Amino acid sequence: MKKFDKDRLILGFAGPVLALVVAVVLTTVVLLVSGSDPFEPYRIMFESASYVDVQVLIVNQAGTYYLAALAVAVGFRMNLFNIGVDGQYRLAAMMAALVGASVDLPGPLQIALIVIVAMLVGAFWSGIAGILKTTRGVSEVVSTIMLNSIATSLVAWLILPKNFGVQPAGSNNLTTGEIPESGWFPGLSMGAEAGEIYGFTFVAAACGLIYWFVLGRTRFGFDLRATGASETAAQASGVDAKKMILTSMLISGAVAGLAGMPTLLGDTHTYSLDFPTGIGFTGITIALLGRNNPLGIAFSALLIAFLDKASASLDQYGYEKEIATIMQGLIVISVVVSYELVRRYGIRRQQQKVGAELAAGGALTTEARPQNDQTEKEGAAL
Amino acid sequence: MKILYGMQKPDEGTITVDGAEAAFTSPADAIARGIGMVHQHFMLADNFTVLENVVLGGESLYGIGAKARKKIKEISDAYGLGVRPDALVEDLGVADRQRVEILKVLYRGARILILDEPTAVLVPQEVEALFDNLRELKAEGLTVIFISHKLGEVLSVADDITVIRRGTTVGTADPAHTTTKQLAELMVGSELPSPETRESTVTDIPMLTVDGLRLTATDPDGAVREVLDGITFTIHQGEVLGIAGVEGNGQTELIEALMGLRDPDGGVITLDTADISHAPTRKRREDGIGYIPEDRHRHGLLLEAPLWENRILGHVTEKPNSRGGLLDLKAARADTTRIVREYDVRTPGIEVTAASLSGGNQQKLIVGREMSHSPKLLIAAHPTRGVDVGAQAQIWDQIREARRDGLAVLLVSADLDELIGLSDTLRVMYRGRLVADADPATITPEELGSAMTGAATGHLEAEPEPTAEAPLAAAAPPEDDAR
Repeated sequence: MKKFDKDRLILGFAGPVLALVVAVVLTTVVLLVSGSDPFEPYRIMFESASYVDVQVLIVNQAGTYYLAALAVAVGFRMNLFNIGVDGQYRLAAMMAALVGASVDLPGPLQIALIVIVAMLVGAFWSGIAGILKTTRGVSEVVSTIMLNSIATSLVAWLILPKNFGVQPAGSNNLTTGEIPESGWFPGLSMGAEAGEIYGFTFVAAACGLIYWFVLGRTRFGFDLRATGASETAAQASGVDAKKMILTSMLISGAVAGLAGMPTLLGDTHTYSLDFPTGIGFTGITIALLGRNNPLGIAFSALLIAFLDKASASLDQYGYEKEIATIMQGLIVISVVVSYELVRRYGIRRQQQKVGAELAAGGALTTEARPQNDQTEKEGAAL
Repeated sequence: MKILYGMQKPDEGTITVDGAEAAFTSPADAIARGIGMVHQHFMLADNFTVLENVVLGGESLYGIGAKARKKIKEISDAYGLGVRPDALVEDLGVADRQRVEILKVLYRGARILILDEPTAVLVPQEVEALFDNLRELKAEGLTVIFISHKLGEVLSVADDITVIRRGTTVGTADPAHTTTKQLAELMVGSELPSPETRESTVTDIPMLTVDGLRLTATDPDGAVREVLDGITFTIHQGEVLGIAGVEGNGQTELIEALMGLRDPDGGVITLDTADISHAPTRKRREDGIGYIPEDRHRHGLLLEAPLWENRILGHVTEKPNSRGGLLDLKAARADTTRIVREYDVRTPGIEVTAASLSGGNQQKLIVGREMSHSPKLLIAAHPTRGVDVGAQAQIWDQIREARRDGLAVLLVSADLDELIGLSDTLRVMYRGRLVADADPATITPEELGSAMTGAATGHLEAEPEPTAEAPLAAAAPPEDDAR
């Protein structure tokens, strides 16, 4: 019993470790080929990450990534590939910023309103893909990619000054106007130099806990996981597949909506043209690397955030900071390959193990069936 | 078997092929040594033609074009397989698919064929045809290893018999001087379990009433086809209703309609006085329908999930698996241990994945799970397919025991002995209709087999019995008394 658990743990780690090692090796090869020093960039990045202000940046970035990755992971757990997290996130952040800037409620209420609007908008946007899939059988991959494009255009149009946008004096940027201070989420100060950790980062961590609890401990979570593991078996077990698809799409979108909140409530307090994009896609990488496991996703989010933020200093030393981007890309490929390898190895290994244990008489059953004893006699009779 | 085919490595011992010792590390090695395997679960791509399926993975042998086609024709003619290279596999019946599997193996140059329970899915007439093919192969100098638990078949087709039980050879026998009974004793260490049901427990309280059930399906080309039409029957408490039929005649669809996986286009399904014609699957399960699916890998298990999660599957809303909306992992685990013990599931623990159990043990787990919720109606589709003899006997026992306690059972099976032995009433399904009924006490597998091909209809007996078409006059109790 214990042995199997330990095995699973080791195998669980084997995938990501293998992927990271392969990605590092490949990145080193890329560095060598491009004629750079293959080790110096790593040293620079680690050194840069030893400063508290960079660490704060990493943690803040990781919070955003974590939420985006959770949104993707909810879909993954039931075999839905929500590529549209990015569009859901941007549209949600923008609408939430708009509502936040036009209303002025007392503190917590203002924040709650903004957060709820973000979740609703995110869920609405992913829900379109969900409804298309359940009613017309449209692949969620295709529809969410398209919805990403539509979201881009929609955001660009809504933010025009003639619609809802505001152009700050002396700037080319467009914003949605500033959210009143009651809607700013208080952060955790790490000292004057270092800046502060967004308060919403802790909400993100709480979301991870909720994710773990709902998936692992509730009926709904069981149905969702069962559908992901085998849609046919889940249906036969009584899961309404269509309802499940729609529900998980809505949840995924709502969480995607949350992904914009750390930045919006903790830093910018407005949605502008330079609001970060591509978070949803990074979320896919992170969810993959973290094996859809809340803790795994947390580590992956930190890792990717580290690559992002620590690579900024590479420029000063004459290295391209795109090294980090290359590495992220390589991680994605290695992750997919190595997980499949490890998975197959694990299944085979366990089958052999079970066979071996049974042969050794390790079955749980204690009572031997009476006819067993006669084996030898009968065998000799013929 | 897996070792012979290179899927697993032996710890000890040697394999000798043609006088030379062989060690296999993969199926490719085995194929290279001329060993080919026909699996119990067919490994064919349905949307490919026969030709494409045969060359798949063996493209380097004869290419994928005219040469391959010629070779296929050649093999097919040489052994009388009668395979059409351009037919789509999805259009083929089970027996034809099996011949494609055999051809696939021969195409790769196999001189030794391993057949794993090849007759499990065939009707008696098809079994005969298969045996003719095998004799043909034998005459051409090929070696056939025929794995089966149907003793009569083994005796009729084999030249030499080896009995294996729980991983050891327990004896060998010469088919010319051995009876089924002796072989059975060798196999299970006691008398062969028989599906025979001794006394009737049929009551007159209807548990499941199906009236005029109709289901249509739309083909890929847009044509609407009736898969089920005018299905009417009643199963009473303590009654086993067996449905015989060649696979693909609507049995799967009937079960799916009863389980709520397909919405019927007409007719009424009544479970214990409640109309459940359009109720969702979960509701039906909660109301007391137990389900042993035809394909346990697709419909009965989460293969990569541990046993205790598989114990929850299908009963997530019921005790002991959950309380309120929350799972009760502790109780579910404890109950899994109980099922493993009581239903003799051989496993080192409940944390292993379902995929690592043998077919028989997977099935015992499913039976245990379904029986643990004291169902009113059990829908059992091929409950002992691909299951070893020991497990088979246990599963039969469990069905019989539950039947004594008033369980109603709908039994769909391709194993005619099982159908005849377990059922209180038999109906034959052909092209989506119930075309004939029979008394299991008097019918023979051959008679049933001919009705399954549509050759006979109505009541399969001379006496004018009421044919049980009317829902309430069903199941003819007098027949049961006669047994």
